[in-house]
Amino acid sequence: MSEIVLDGVTKTFADGYEAVKDMNLDIQDGEFMILVGPSGCGKSTALRMIAGLEDISEGELKIDGETVNDRSPKDRDIAMVFQNYALYPHMTVRENMGFALKLAGVDKAEIDKKVEDAARTLDLEQHLDRRPANLSGGQRQRVAMGRAIVRDPKAFLMDEPLSNLDAKLRVQMRTEVAKLQSKLETTTVYVTHDQTEAMTLGDRVAVMRAGVLQQVGTPADLYNNPKNLFVAGFIGSPSMNFMPAEISGGKLKLPIGEVDLGDLGVEQRDGQVIAGLRPENFEDTEVIGDLREERGVTFEAEIDLVESLGSDLFAYFHIESEGVQSDQLADIVEESLEETGAGEIREGHEQIVARLDPTSKVKRREKAELWADTAKLHLFDPESGESLRDK
Amino acid sequence: MEHEGRDYALWSIAIVLVVLFALIPVLWLISISLKPPDELTDQRFIPQSVSFDNYKSLFEGGIDDSPFIKPLINSIAIALITTVISIVLASFCAYAIARLEFPGKRLILAGALAIAMFPPISTVGPLFDMWRALGLYDTYPGLIIPYLTFSLPLAIYVLVAFFREIPWELEQAAQVDGATPFQAFTKVIVPLAAPGVFTAAILVFIFCWNDFLFAISLTSSDASRTVPAALAFFTGESSFTAPTGSIAAAAVVVTLPIIVFVLFFQRRIVAGLTAGAVKG
Repeated sequence: MSEIVLDGVTKTFADGYEAVKDMNLDIQDGEFMILVGPSGCGKSTALRMIAGLEDISEGELKIDGETVNDRSPKDRDIAMVFQNYALYPHMTVRENMGFALKLAGVDKAEIDKKVEDAARTLDLEQHLDRRPANLSGGQRQRVAMGRAIVRDPKAFLMDEPLSNLDAKLRVQMRTEVAKLQSKLETTTVYVTHDQTEAMTLGDRVAVMRAGVLQQVGTPADLYNNPKNLFVAGFIGSPSMNFMPAEISGGKLKLPIGEVDLGDLGVEQRDGQVIAGLRPENFEDTEVIGDLREERGVTFEAEIDLVESLGSDLFAYFHIESEGVQSDQLADIVEESLEETGAGEIREGHEQIVARLDPTSKVKRREKAELWADTAKLHLFDPESGESLRDK
Repeated sequence: MEHEGRDYALWSIAIVLVVLFALIPVLWLISISLKPPDELTDQRFIPQSVSFDNYKSLFEGGIDDSPFIKPLINSIAIALITTVISIVLASFCAYAIARLEFPGKRLILAGALAIAMFPPISTVGPLFDMWRALGLYDTYPGLIIPYLTFSLPLAIYVLVAFFREIPWELEQAAQVDGATPFQAFTKVIVPLAAPGVFTAAILVFIFCWNDFLFAISLTSSDASRTVPAALAFFTGESSFTAPTGSIAAAAVVVTLPIIVFVLFFQRRIVAGLTAGAVKG
């Protein structure tokens, strides 16, 4: 039971590289906090500073009200789950889970009891006397969790604990982790690069980019009110569509139509902006019915590709435009290129993804009439990337 | 499949040839050690009659009169003491080199390598004078110190390679679990590096056990003379007989501990002890 406070925490490596810059974060007692961001954003470094595995260059870290900057990991009473599990290969599952208690000088009977309790929770009872080498990936992952929970520490720190599992197991373990955390009510800091994990697991999510904390909020908050282009593009899958737009005389000119600015609740200003609209804010006009009369714009587009998942239908089309330029978005594109090898960007075209009703009849290489819910538009400053919504 | 079969056959032949090449001198030595004195020069590989007299003569007269027992004890004691000191020091040193960034790290490694390459013969003269002045001549430390000098670099190199293979997360996991750096080292790192520790130990032990140069130069009596040096002082039955038989028998006896040592630790030197620590 404890609160973790990062007050202006900065990490500068010996070569002068600043991995984490002036990070301020207040993690409540019992909260499940997610640190999310593309690789190299400093999220793991931040976690390792909380664990004490990395020195804090500047700022203050408090656990339970006490400054712990100079305490070694063993004196912080935290448990950590590593990405590659880091199980002790020369010990059985039982010894692995009981190691911390043994070091703490807890008596044998007490250790056995706690290990068996934890094993029951994690469904590991029949594996207690096996060695890590003989366990499957999912079992090893559970042992790593078990090693953390037997101690009843002040906080759990998890560094991408599910990223080594295959997709199906990962989804399954995700629910397990969420259940476990809500049962134990232990403060948890969880690092991931997977925004889906972040959205589904966290009480609150902290989005990081290039060592800087971008926005902290509930998953819904981040999704609905992203503070800048980076958060808007990073949170949500498929990600938000961006297009260049222009404001003049109270009107917003989009490549897909024109809207009154009045309804959007944004600052009044003239000039170029970047407009963002999530895939689910598009719809096939044939399906939408009367709603199109109330608000939004209707436009025609040639569909490049249709992906039907049964419950959803994703239609890809493009709009003629100069494209959207922003460092913040470039980071996200780079990441998705690395991960999927996809994300091809054509010069002079902007690819748009629309999530349509599965009953929609749109077809590949055919023109379709689509409707966009412009009330859900997000507008961003093209220079700073900041959202133009009134705070 | 056919291709594989042929490869297998070729490899088998090659291995048999190499093993024969290595073993024939050893078998020959055993053969000589089992021959009675008058058959020593009969030029037969398989002895006509087997006698254990040569072995008996080694141990005749007990610890005081036998030319072999005291040197054997010296050899075992000196090699074991050197091995223990060398492995303890080398594992601390190798751990620091594998895990920490500190100024002078390259210098230490380069220095160790340079020392290992230094020709021992060029140190013998100065050591002889120094040891006599210091009273270390013909004592255990007199041999253990130079042995440490030459075996430490070897042990450090072997151990650095093994320590580097151990995932660093294991140590961090131990720290988070509440271990002091020393506990993390002794309870997690050393057990995992056990194959490396044993490999290094065997190499150091064999180095000390086999040394002739220092043993012959820095000892003068049974107080610290080891077996290889003692062999050189063997005498025959009379001043007209060469001690060939007893030297052969002694050579066989000193080979045995090495074989036992290697066989005993062979099971420990298994790769893959770290399997399962991390994903993969």
